[in-house]
Amino acid sequence: MTTSQGARSDGGGAEPGLQEQFDATIAKDQRIEPRDWMPEGYRRTLIRQIAQHAHSEIIGMQPEGEWITKAPSLRRKAILFAKVQDEAGHGLYLYSAAETLGADRADLTERLIEGRQKYSSIFNYPTLTFADVGVIGWLVDGAAICNQVPLCRTSYGPYARAMVRICKEESFHQRQGYELLMTMMRGTDAQREMVQDAVNRWWWPSLMMFGPPDHDSPNSAASMAWKIKRHSNDELRQRFVDMTVPQAEKLGVTLPDPELRWNEERGHYDFGTPDWAEFKRVISGDGPCNAQRIARRRAAHEEGAWVREAALAHAAKQAARAGRKREDQSAQEGAAA
Amino acid sequence: MSDVTDDHVFLSLTADHGDADARWAFGTGFEDPLHGVDTTVPATVDAAELAACCLALGDDALVGAQRLAQWCTRAPELEEEMALANIGLDLLGQARLLYSRTGQVDGSGRDEDAYAYFRDAEDFRNVRLAELPNGDFAFSITRLLVLSCWRLAVFQRLAATAPDPVLKAVAAKGVNELAYHRQFAADWAVRLGDGTEESHRRMRKALAGVAPYLDELFAARPGFGIDPAEVRKETTAVLRQVLDAAGLELPGAEALPGQGREGDHTEHLAPLLAELQSVARAHPEATW
Repeated sequence: MTTSQGARSDGGGAEPGLQEQFDATIAKDQRIEPRDWMPEGYRRTLIRQIAQHAHSEIIGMQPEGEWITKAPSLRRKAILFAKVQDEAGHGLYLYSAAETLGADRADLTERLIEGRQKYSSIFNYPTLTFADVGVIGWLVDGAAICNQVPLCRTSYGPYARAMVRICKEESFHQRQGYELLMTMMRGTDAQREMVQDAVNRWWWPSLMMFGPPDHDSPNSAASMAWKIKRHSNDELRQRFVDMTVPQAEKLGVTLPDPELRWNEERGHYDFGTPDWAEFKRVISGDGPCNAQRIARRRAAHEEGAWVREAALAHAAKQAARAGRKREDQSAQEGAAA
Repeated sequence: MSDVTDDHVFLSLTADHGDADARWAFGTGFEDPLHGVDTTVPATVDAAELAACCLALGDDALVGAQRLAQWCTRAPELEEEMALANIGLDLLGQARLLYSRTGQVDGSGRDEDAYAYFRDAEDFRNVRLAELPNGDFAFSITRLLVLSCWRLAVFQRLAATAPDPVLKAVAAKGVNELAYHRQFAADWAVRLGDGTEESHRRMRKALAGVAPYLDELFAARPGFGIDPAEVRKETTAVLRQVLDAAGLELPGAEALPGQGREGDHTEHLAPLLAELQSVARAHPEATW
């Protein structure tokens, strides 16, 4: 099933045969597992992508988490609380998948709060009303699903398996978002206005979630060759638009794009160009909420340091006490003998 | 462009899922949380006493869940993030069941949201310990330990002897949840008490902060023949056992005057409720 040599190597110096075995595994659409040999570039790319994905789950808790304490019914409160908790769980699976490649969760967290690793730019936008909770479920989780369903077949085993579980939960998240919006659209005028306003604010950032256009996506070619990535950014973006337009119609909201129209010839919707300059600004740290998202994550990490230290100290003391107890026991047994 | 053929949940979003009321969502497979339980109040039960009992226990749970929700994205580690949310969700579930029961027996016919969103602080009947701000992780753990020890002792008795079948069922469901809450809090109390000088100091401070609010837990309500002295004995025995393992002591403290159960609250409850109720009250005609 997999190449089984345990050797790790720095790419160029690979033992003969290992690269061939790796390539054959990829060609056969089989999975690479943690103990298999893999090129360093493959390992680095995966760690970068999985860490970025894990960070996105954790930072992504913040915009919606803001509304748990304010959710307008106990049922919505329970749904949202459970949803945000799921995202913490997704972060955990993904950090664990990254650890199978030799990364360390604490180190990845440091990289995140020092701004050395990125997360999805979508979470740098603010959540202004409760309708944002619904629109994030519908559009943001929807876009995430479009990106992530193909990752269930990605070539690295632990990542693919984590994604199967994550996608199942994401589909619940998306449904709860859409269902909230349907309910709000049947409510008061003020609620309908809130929904339209939220759609206006989240539509373009959602399209940006698929990444830059294919001609401007530096990491795509290698990821496609390694079958880490299976569809191009533009393919997935088109797919998302095609699926979303009828859903918007059913909901009764307008997507804020004057260029959006069905193209009979292509069999797809034509749509306008996202503001890629804004995308670059937000990715490089200048979005509306970048500083506050990282500050919150840093504060939680730093304020929790004494707790983590205490847990380690207690574990060490426990181990020492257990050790002393064993020594005492064997001393007693020795004396008795 | 290659064809993207992955089986896609997104496509089925607008499809008919066969839900009768189209209000389906994750984790909420019940509109009526008491479905299937005989909700008739037995003739021998004092309805006013039952309503007061459910309301008090519901308010403790809702206020507790709200404080735990405030930990979200602020926990010291991801595992604790998950655990605190779990406990908050359990308490929220308990509050919903208890409010529904209150509405059935107090003659008002109100639903769960009417109790959560459209009462003011002076109408809440939670103990004041539940409403105090989260403080640091040591304070939140200490508060959780005390409240879950007390609530488990009460729920075990209600599950065994409550004359109302609904309250009995709610308590029986809650016992398993509370046993986990107590275990989680006890494990951390021991880690923090034993861990470092800093964590030990914080735990002592937390215990001193909690101590003045202990007496209130053992006041007469909630009723149904549960002996508050017995609940106190059991709760303090478990606390002593945990604190002993943690190298800590329960400090003596003078009880504060007043009772949350009578509507006397600290200055912290009103802002907590203002946040909880803000959206619901801004849109009283809305459906969510």
